[in-house]
Amino acid sequence: MSVVPEKQESRLQDPPAVTPPATGRQARARKQRSLTAWLHVGELGTLPVVVSLMSIWVLFQILDPNHRFLTAANLSNMVVQSAAVGMLAVGITLVLLLGETDLSVGSVSGLAAAVLAILVIRHSVPEVLAIGLVVLLGLAVGAVQGTIYAAIGVPSFVVTLAGLIGWQGLQLYLLSPQGAINIPDHGIVAALTHAYLPALAGWSLGAVLVGCHLVAVVVDARRRRAAGLPCLTPSRRVARLVLLSAGVGLTIGVLNSARGVPVALLTVVVFAVGCDVMVRRTRFGRGIIAIGGNVEAARRAGIPVNRIKITVFALGSAMAALGGVLAVSREFAANQSTGGNDVLLFAIAAAVIGGVSLFGGRGSTYGALLGAAVIGSINNGMYLLQLDSSVQFMITAVVLLMAVIIDSISRRGRQLPAGASRRP
Amino acid sequence: MTIPILALSGISKRFGSVRALSDVDLEVGAGEVVALVGDNGAGKSTLVKVIAGVDPADSGEIRWLGNHVSIGKPHDATALGIATVYQDLSLCDNLDVVANLFLGNEAIRFGVLDEIGMERRARELLSSLSVTLPSPRVPVSALSGGQRQSVAIARAMLGSPKLVILDEPTAALGVAQTAQVLTLIERLRDQGPGVILISHNLIDVKAVADRVVVLRLGHNAGEFVAGNATEQNIVSAITGAAAAAASRGRSTGTGTISITEGER
Repeated sequence: MSVVPEKQESRLQDPPAVTPPATGRQARARKQRSLTAWLHVGELGTLPVVVSLMSIWVLFQILDPNHRFLTAANLSNMVVQSAAVGMLAVGITLVLLLGETDLSVGSVSGLAAAVLAILVIRHSVPEVLAIGLVVLLGLAVGAVQGTIYAAIGVPSFVVTLAGLIGWQGLQLYLLSPQGAINIPDHGIVAALTHAYLPALAGWSLGAVLVGCHLVAVVVDARRRRAAGLPCLTPSRRVARLVLLSAGVGLTIGVLNSARGVPVALLTVVVFAVGCDVMVRRTRFGRGIIAIGGNVEAARRAGIPVNRIKITVFALGSAMAALGGVLAVSREFAANQSTGGNDVLLFAIAAAVIGGVSLFGGRGSTYGALLGAAVIGSINNGMYLLQLDSSVQFMITAVVLLMAVIIDSISRRGRQLPAGASRRP
Repeated sequence: MTIPILALSGISKRFGSVRALSDVDLEVGAGEVVALVGDNGAGKSTLVKVIAGVDPADSGEIRWLGNHVSIGKPHDATALGIATVYQDLSLCDNLDVVANLFLGNEAIRFGVLDEIGMERRARELLSSLSVTLPSPRVPVSALSGGQRQSVAIARAMLGSPKLVILDEPTAALGVAQTAQVLTLIERLRDQGPGVILISHNLIDVKAVADRVVVLRLGHNAGEFVAGNATEQNIVSAITGAAAAAASRGRSTGTGTISITEGER
């Protein structure tokens, strides 16, 4: 054991409140938290995924003899390619936060794709209405699966495994005999992944995003000060703002120098931000995290556990359906392999690579998006290098395995008693 | 003593053919710590479940501030102002202290969680109980056993309960942490509510309790003023050595069997 645990122990064993703790000790304790606890209590956040994303990018840029990977056109392409998996990953993040899995998201997205194409082509339903109906279908599918899991008590793994097989069957049935249905290349569905914002709109959007963050930070700091609570030091707030602005500015700059900010990216980001706000800022979201942490505690605290579980499964499937819409949009068609094969695995892998814990209660939708970017980068880079998908699978497996190992190690760290959990 | 907060009389409870509680009486006044002690299977947990509404009694009378009440479900107990801290804590490791204190009872402002309001109230509550934590924003997983227990007890205090039931609050703790929790129990009592403390540890009981109520095989088996009773008195009430008026050598095991048979 290093020196750190001893310090922790001595702090914990102080007789409570005999004297108020000295400010020097408080400061030291806080510093300790920021360094050791932050790393070892499992609050790594999105740091590992950002680091791995950067390394993958640098690696592909070097490996590609023509150095095409880090070009604006390629990055823009990659964003659009990753949109469908990103949408699925955001949805499955909600389910993973509960500590459950949804294996049916790929099949549900395929089913949604088929139904969308059938509604639009065979029944001439307006595209917007068809998208709405398909999302409702996703909600219904998720609600049914969630109810079987939550109310009847069938493990979510099994319920959604049945969904994985069954919904894919329905998709194949609906698409027979043609096997594929093409959609028009000028409608709203097609625009989802083929339209780009004008440069000015992109910049304004970025400005609004950073502005919102700034306002939120200032209001929060004011209220904290008014309430007499400690708040982040100005330097840290400024550093955060600079990082955010730089990230947003760089992204928009690069995308604008290609074709502009893709509507697909905007769509996925809106859902990721919306879900993140829901998870962190609402009672419903607090309930999700509590269930993922300790379902019995959540139940005793009066949280409507079953209702939340069913709702989360419904939301996850609805987002899977939207992912299916994005897939149709990308290919101008729904076919028998839409949402099949590796889509489910990539969605779960994206969330886990993004730091969403398989054990529940930890992770963010932003992480899932970054994870989807990692998966998309690997796909894209392999394509540029003209490597077979077999290699791509193996590389993805290694990245996924590393993410799960990080998750498991940090979980083990959390489970040890507080004094012992600070391992160097 | 004025009118007690809670007065149980003649409480009985059966599980099938087993009489878990028969004719148990218990009174708790404001600002009083009543320790409920007894061997395993003496009926302590069953009695707590009766009071908390988890497992209502078959017969008997419950008076709350002098009025007859019935506690049929946990919600009834909470509505009266009874807070129970269970042995297994019921905290979510992955949430921070503030979130755990307000779990299921979050403050809302403009449709979203009022984190600042909750943190302020959490800090007030924790400092009123002199609970020292690194910060109320650390996840519970980063706290020691004693700190976790303190958070669980503090959470019970959030609704300003009139009666707090603590189920084995020191069972899993080390010496220093036990002292920490016992001090907290005293501070809790000083804030006004009655406290029922269930414990196996007679040293703890003698340290904080005002009265000690002994249960044995579902019956009242003695009541002591904690200051006057010796540990030996209490132990013999728990084991039934006094009741049986038998030699010291007689084991508790045989005593248990003979009484159980008599009950049937």
